Amino acid sequence: MQIQLRFFASVREALGTAQESLELPANVTTAGQVRDYLRSRGGAWSETLAEGRSLRIACNQQMAEPSTPVTEGCELAFFPPVTGG
Amino acid sequence: MAVRVQTQDFDLTMEISALRANTPKVGAVVSFIGTVRDLNEGEHVAEMELEHYPGMTEKALETIVVQAKSRWDIFDALVIHRVGPLKPLEQIVLVAVTSAHRGEAFDACEFIIDYLKTEAPFWKKEQTPTGARWVDARVSDDEAIAKWAQR
Repeated sequence: MQIQLRFFASVREALGTAQESLELPANVTTAGQVRDYLRSRGGAWSETLAEGRSLRIACNQQMAEPSTPVTEGCELAFFPPVTGG
Repeated sequence: MAVRVQTQDFDLTMEISALRANTPKVGAVVSFIGTVRDLNEGEHVAEMELEHYPGMTEKALETIVVQAKSRWDIFDALVIHRVGPLKPLEQIVLVAVTSAHRGEAFDACEFIIDYLKTEAPFWKKEQTPTGARWVDARVSDDEAIAKWAQR
């Protein structure tokens, strides 16, 4: 399954990328599992996406939970808690 | 109901006039404007940069406005949020609500800005004398949301 990744704000800066296309292994099927899978890349990925870090995930531009299923072609975004207003 | 994300400034008087135009049933207009402070967390802020998630931000704002409309008897609501570089004294955000009576408009306006601050994907990065830093989310913003669940 192929998905689109988006990164914003401090997450984007720490990872040095704003977006990428990613082919997922068959056993990666939820938003939380994608986070774990990306963390296994090591370096900035393991640090920025570490379990203790407060991160929000959006799936197809809606706030998501770690248990939210990812689907073919979906847009999965990782970002810090929001600070607008 | 309108939401706008834009780099340019806005004019309160013009926006309120447009919101009330030809709508004599309006008896109350409540507005909130958020502005850039020059001091945050004890450091001088020379400038800030506001980032957003194009597409999702607009949808999140629309959802918040729809929720306010379903919860209170209001006629119309407007949200304008600026992005890009902003300096102290500049306007960041406008929330304006019209209704027949003030109570509904006050509550709906506060609800919209409270939810905007925790649900709409915007992020502030400040330039300070010790360098640039991303603003951390505030616990008090989450507490502001919690109070709406209890009402």
